[in-house]
Amino acid sequence: MARLAVNPTRMELRRLKDRLKTAARGHKLLKDKSDEMVRQFLGFVRENKRLREEIESDLSAALRRFMLAKSLFPTPDIEQTFSLPAVSLLIKSNVKNVMGVNVPDLRIEKLSDGTPLPYAMAATSGDMDDAVLGLSALLEKLLALAEIEKTCNMLADEIEKNRRRVNALEYIMIPQLNETIRYIVMKLDENERGDLTRLMKVKSMLEKGNGADK
Amino acid sequence: MNRTGKLAVIGDNDSALAFRAVGAEVFAADSPAEAERTLTELKKGGYAVVFITEDLAAGMEAVLRELKTAAYPVVIPIPGIAGSNGYGLKNVKKDVEKAVGVDIVFNTDAHKAGEKQ
Repeated sequence: MARLAVNPTRMELRRLKDRLKTAARGHKLLKDKSDEMVRQFLGFVRENKRLREEIESDLSAALRRFMLAKSLFPTPDIEQTFSLPAVSLLIKSNVKNVMGVNVPDLRIEKLSDGTPLPYAMAATSGDMDDAVLGLSALLEKLLALAEIEKTCNMLADEIEKNRRRVNALEYIMIPQLNETIRYIVMKLDENERGDLTRLMKVKSMLEKGNGADK
Repeated sequence: MNRTGKLAVIGDNDSALAFRAVGAEVFAADSPAEAERTLTELKKGGYAVVFITEDLAAGMEAVLRELKTAAYPVVIPIPGIAGSNGYGLKNVKKDVEKAVGVDIVFNTDAHKAGEKQ
């Protein structure tokens, strides 16, 4: 592992030791975060799967019923019947925080005032009413699905990002810092030994000189 | 952030009509390319949720992937009038693979199904 390009000084050593401490701490925190995110994600995704399977069958059935009801009338008539919806659908769209990720929080604000059937009874059949009511009832579930599916999308993305961070710290940053710290410590020790031998040498030379003088 | 948004549905004519009856704003599209153009328009229009029928969504994956990372709009594939083609569930599976590395949610189910046989 390559070491960082720094001067082997005491000051640098201290700085690097501080950085290593921060990196190790960050690594631990991020790893814990990763674990917890995966745990929560699995809960969400199981719910997501269940909800989606449920909705896929329900919605297909509701749409099929609608098609059947619709097929009893000529297409232009039906188009006209539904061209001006009396129901207006507003969604309250907040943001909630799941593990530091801002995910959507959806709620149906208001469906309609009065009847949920936005057309004249005379032009349609009872089957049509059933189909439309069935679809209306599904809307809440559809929104729940939208919310949870988006949460899963975003959590998955965040987990992936977080994993990269953890790996970068674990396999690049921390080994590099360790390597550099080791290098500096070695270098400093070597310098100290060099100084010591030089001093001893000088001392012995001085003693020899003094002895010769006497 | 407290705001309200609209619900839009992009789908083939028949599926779209059904959703118009329950108060969603619907945009008919016959091809993925057309749906893509509609979606680009909708992004600017303050829509909170956009449902796209699966057969259309399957053809515009690149655009949908881009929208996955932001909170809004929530773009979700739903089965159309022809029923589900498994595209939506495939996406859930992909999420699991992305987050955990291997698919553990669906695999366990396949395992259980295998046991039953």
